[in-house]
Amino acid sequence: MNIQDYKGVFVFAQQVDNVLSGIALELVGKGKDLAKDLNTEVTAVLVGSDIKGLADELAEYGADKVIVVDDPELKEYRTEPYAHALASVINEFKPEIFLVGATAIGRDLGPRVSARIHTGLTADCTQLDIGDFPINPVPGKEQLHNQLLMTRPAFGGNTIATIACPDFRPQMATVRPGVMQKAPREAGKKANVVEFNPGFTPNDKYVEILKVVKAVSDVADIMDAKILVSGGRGVGSPENFKILEELAEVIGGTVSCSRAVVDAGWKPKDLQVGQTGKTVRPNVYFAIGISGAIQHVAGMEEADIIIAINKDETAPIFDVADYGIVGDLNKIVPALTERLKAELAAK
Amino acid sequence: MKVVVCVKQVPDTKGGVKFNPDGTLDRGAMLTIMNPDDKAGLEAALRLKDQYGAEVTVVTMGLPKAEEVLREAMAMGADKGILVTDRVLGGADTWATSQTIAGAIRNLEYDLIITGRQAIDGDTAQVGPQISEHLGIPVISYAQKIEIEDDHVIVERQYDDRYHVLKAKMPCLITALAELNEPRYMTPGGIFDAYNAEITVWGRDKLVDVEDSNLGLKGSPTQIAKASDKVRKGAGEKVTLDPAASVDYIVDKLKVKHVI
Repeated sequence: MNIQDYKGVFVFAQQVDNVLSGIALELVGKGKDLAKDLNTEVTAVLVGSDIKGLADELAEYGADKVIVVDDPELKEYRTEPYAHALASVINEFKPEIFLVGATAIGRDLGPRVSARIHTGLTADCTQLDIGDFPINPVPGKEQLHNQLLMTRPAFGGNTIATIACPDFRPQMATVRPGVMQKAPREAGKKANVVEFNPGFTPNDKYVEILKVVKAVSDVADIMDAKILVSGGRGVGSPENFKILEELAEVIGGTVSCSRAVVDAGWKPKDLQVGQTGKTVRPNVYFAIGISGAIQHVAGMEEADIIIAINKDETAPIFDVADYGIVGDLNKIVPALTERLKAELAAK
Repeated sequence: MKVVVCVKQVPDTKGGVKFNPDGTLDRGAMLTIMNPDDKAGLEAALRLKDQYGAEVTVVTMGLPKAEEVLREAMAMGADKGILVTDRVLGGADTWATSQTIAGAIRNLEYDLIITGRQAIDGDTAQVGPQISEHLGIPVISYAQKIEIEDDHVIVERQYDDRYHVLKAKMPCLITALAELNEPRYMTPGGIFDAYNAEITVWGRDKLVDVEDSNLGLKGSPTQIAKASDKVRKGAGEKVTLDPAASVDYIVDKLKVKHVI
């Protein structure tokens, strides 16, 4: 492998049902920053069936180039044809960096692709920088410049590690959704669109999709919410989430929850905040009856304002809360809802 | 039917994480457990044993101490335990780890390989799909339900807002979610037998079709540039007030911050 041959920052533009996922635009935004540091371009790789129309949207969010791999075999996500698409793009275009979302799709696709082309893959990154490796000069070891430094939490969020991939290309990372910022949309901006089809011949590795079952959910995505009213085991019962829903409605927020609540079957998985749920960064995060296990905190600590209500004054949630109230949520939350109703009506 | 289950011995992060004075993880001071997703994978395999008489072989890679998880697996009902351990395998990233485990599995006959989705220490979710790639078989990640139909598996594969029902021809690799099932307990008889059972130990020389350049720290494409404790922003204010005063306090803060 001649590392010098590998140029440019590529991102996997994930789409589901021919709608771009939020992570696709976040990666274009981050890829643009990295490309600027490297004095190169950001290329979005769009994979699917009849998806060419999405290229303009990627351009408006900052993609300089869009590679479109369009084939009927790619209609729904399946590991093998998607891995073949990305591995073929990498072999053909030789990017120095390749970013994939750390979604239920990307965390399956990324490892399969990295194993196929023999490179490193850093999982669930929360920060990406261009820098030197080793970070500080080490006698007898060449310090490489313009390396991708990939930072990620490990051990349930207790430690932070920064990883490099000095000897293989592309440098690959999966990136946690909700962490990177998308760039402002520039209407009418165009990208260089290149169509590329490596050919898709089904074999035993192409699994058959018998059925697609979509969760019946009219709930807003908690990752887009400006205000989250989040409940934990301390809420006590699924019925008692009603007091959180009432507060959310008055203040224009959305209800989310901790893992314990999902495990207990009180709320669906798509409302779960935390390491194994979603990473959120709302303006206000109400943590109600949530003890604040480190895995939960890892998913919400970037919120601008954290307000915690818990009857246990030793609950670890108070270690990250801006405003902590020790008290009975069953008394405080309904009273808060009534008071806010009055305050907002008076405006 | 032959099922291979890959398990990992991990520090129990629920019991708190202990650090050495230099900031590295003090693994000796932490309790270890069988990784939860792996345990669900093992339970899924044991159900295939109950239902179809499948033979269940458990493979782990780690220090000699990792034989503990193999004995636990056998006490739950697994037929055979294989420990892959060798000094040259130390410091492996997911690429080198998946190369090692694939090299070990090439010695075995299998219809199905089951791994956990991810381990609670690294949280990467990479090793399962990477093993499948090295072995050239299909992978189905994030399994929430597994059924067998002749020489095919039917699996419910979880996504954020949906699941797909997938059908794959065996051999196939599946990564299991902890939600898949409720793992059984070890039985007293099983514990007794597992304590006396022979554990197969394999070193580097037993790995099939793996180059030295793909093993251990030296065979790992990713390298650690820096590791540190997470710096958190720290606690803000904490108050204990009666409910009415608590409400005043919150409303005041929401006003100061221009939320309302």
